[in-house]
Amino acid sequence: MFYRENGQFKTSYAADQAIFPILLDRIAIMAILLVAFLVVPLVATQYVYTGILIPFLILALATIGLNLLTGYCGQVSLGTGAFMAVGAYAAYNLVLRLPGMNLLVAFALAGGISALVGVLFGLPSLRIKGFYLAVATLAAQFFIDWVFIRIKWFTNYATNATAPELLLFGLPLDSAMRRYLVTLAIVVVMALIAKNLVRGATGRAWMAVRDMDIAAEIIGIRLLRTKLIAFAVSSFYCGVAGALWGFMHLGAWEPLTFDVNRSFQVLFMVIIGGVGSILGSFLGAAFIFAVPILINQVPAALGVPISTALSSHLEAMIFGAMIIFFLIVEPHGFARLWQLGKEKLRLWPLPH
Amino acid sequence: MKRTGWAARLLAGAALLGASLAFPGTSNAQNEQFVPGLVYRTGAYAPNGVPFANGRADYFALLNARDGGINGVKIVYEECETGYATDRGVECYERLKGKGPTGAAAFSPLSTGITFALTEKAPGDKIPLLTQGYGRSDSIVGSVFAWNFPLTGTYWDAAEILVQHIAAKAGGVANLKGKRLALVYHDSPYGKEPIAVLEDLSKRYGFTFDAMPVTHPGVEQKSTWLQIRQNRPDWVFLWGWGVMNSAAIKEAVAVNYPRDKMYGVWWSGAEPDVTPAGDGAKGYYALALHPVGLVAPVHQEIMKNLYDKNLGSAKKEEVGEVLYNRGLIDGMQVAEAIRTAMAKFGNKPMTGEQVRWGFENLDLTAARLQQIGFAGLAQPLKVSCDDHAGVHSARVQQWDGKKWSFVSDTIVADQAYLRAKAQDSAAAYAKQKNITPGCAS
Repeated sequence: MFYRENGQFKTSYAADQAIFPILLDRIAIMAILLVAFLVVPLVATQYVYTGILIPFLILALATIGLNLLTGYCGQVSLGTGAFMAVGAYAAYNLVLRLPGMNLLVAFALAGGISALVGVLFGLPSLRIKGFYLAVATLAAQFFIDWVFIRIKWFTNYATNATAPELLLFGLPLDSAMRRYLVTLAIVVVMALIAKNLVRGATGRAWMAVRDMDIAAEIIGIRLLRTKLIAFAVSSFYCGVAGALWGFMHLGAWEPLTFDVNRSFQVLFMVIIGGVGSILGSFLGAAFIFAVPILINQVPAALGVPISTALSSHLEAMIFGAMIIFFLIVEPHGFARLWQLGKEKLRLWPLPH
Repeated sequence: MKRTGWAARLLAGAALLGASLAFPGTSNAQNEQFVPGLVYRTGAYAPNGVPFANGRADYFALLNARDGGINGVKIVYEECETGYATDRGVECYERLKGKGPTGAAAFSPLSTGITFALTEKAPGDKIPLLTQGYGRSDSIVGSVFAWNFPLTGTYWDAAEILVQHIAAKAGGVANLKGKRLALVYHDSPYGKEPIAVLEDLSKRYGFTFDAMPVTHPGVEQKSTWLQIRQNRPDWVFLWGWGVMNSAAIKEAVAVNYPRDKMYGVWWSGAEPDVTPAGDGAKGYYALALHPVGLVAPVHQEIMKNLYDKNLGSAKKEEVGEVLYNRGLIDGMQVAEAIRTAMAKFGNKPMTGEQVRWGFENLDLTAARLQQIGFAGLAQPLKVSCDDHAGVHSARVQQWDGKKWSFVSDTIVADQAYLRAKAQDSAAAYAKQKNITPGCAS
């Protein structure tokens, strides 16, 4: 009744191929963007920015990156943390060794370096598939961990990397709100690019490879190229996410920040959010990252005096139960749930 | 209708969420000093995190129960669980930093990773960081690291003190020549901190130095100890944390490396580190920043005011353990910094900035420690802008299978050498971060 595309006629190919073909979706997206860019800065406290929103956005970006590779191209990767680390250390070294570089340029170049590394570790994907490829990318994870711990040049001979003073076009990013807005802008632009990428020829090639690589090869898709592009784009996204994590979120980081647990965390976000969905990347990141924090704060918010240990055990138990519940209800993730909800809303109130 | 129901529920949910983020439950009393606690009572490092957290919590509870707070200002102490994870630590920091009428007094993260991240955030928020015996070794330079207070010493101090000790036992530094020293360390900034100093000293005294990393969390270290079995170093220094320590001692037993050639840093010398290895740990040495056991009057006060009334946060028999005592001292240092600040700014809740002044002018004389019941437990120390650690000494203790006992006098780290090193490192940091070094008046 409320969510219906009746009467929205598409009279041109452009309208039919639009990114959000339904008017209501367009309105919703605009509303969300307006809230994110205008309303949030008016109401959010510093905790909401630095404790929740900034890390959520960055993890969502990394999840998009992994989703392009795993969800759209079907190449399972456990190296997300490693590619994030490459991005973070690349940005650190770029800014350190080429002073005066624009921050956005540094992030883009860091993503580029990460993409190159991603291509390198994507090469085996032509010969190995599925679980075996996952193990190969796990090797990338451990190797890159090792590189940043051992080779001191990357950390400028210090024990850890420290982000420099952040300046964007002469404006210091010293307040949480500014960092949030910059992060948000980067994430929105990159999400938009990702969405368009998967709707175009590249995305179709990825999905063809994902669904059946031999068939894809027969209809003329070059496997190596397609897979390597997927690795490059995915690593680019992860690299930028890593750079943002180091610069915008932590400010100083050690290699452990991007260890294998980070890779698993992002992979879980993909699975819970929805394999092969950009929207799902955001939903998954929000669920895996923010829900435990909120659960943790519920007892205190309700004024229940329980010990710190008990509340974090409760957090783990409730969160674990929620994951199991959602996976039973909808194994294809939140994106699929949302899609089903949309279908139901279209038919409501006269389901047939 | 259904849609409006959804909307109403969504709104209610959002309201609840907003309410939980806006922190209700904190009372609005103006005469309260908020003290945050970043703790880890769960996860791989919990055996070490729990006693420390209990010691801290008990000291603030004692001050409230016995004295009604500090100079009439009640302390509101709130914990947040980090699980030793940096991102959760940062989230906790953001959650707690603004609470109470004047915000958080000081943070004490008990994790080098979290310390690094907070070092970048604390100056902007004007909240001091207390890193008692951990954190960046160069943060003793207060003119650059204005907000960091590595009270009672750094890892560089620890490494230098241990080398002094083995040199003394070998009969002088001349006898170190040609010997072999291995460092088994937690592969993180924490574990890597002493390497620079040990490398310097190996060149100066002519011994061979091997750095042997152990991957977090340190349960698996067979290959490291096989290397030790081949190399047979004359000494092994252990820079571990949590389960890594007891695993290392068990591996030493397995490869038959003599335990009385092993020296742990002060984070590798608590009961949870040695008891899992049973008799195998006998003879193991570790640095100590303070004695073990119910040695000071403050322990009796805690027993009387808290544990006899069932208000303590630990089990009664855990009071006095190594890390419990360190937590107790940590709480005392925060409380004394607040008290020092109050002496200047008045008996009201202090802001982080005022507490920072309190730390920088902290003077814990022997007489003062006597007054607050810490005589025989904490070391006297005097902080200044030039030296944010206040004291750079430790003793060596040995585990006899049942308890820790001191085997050395207080050893003072060589400040002529370490200071210069810290200043070089701090200057590089200042240059990178565009900080103009300077001491606040």
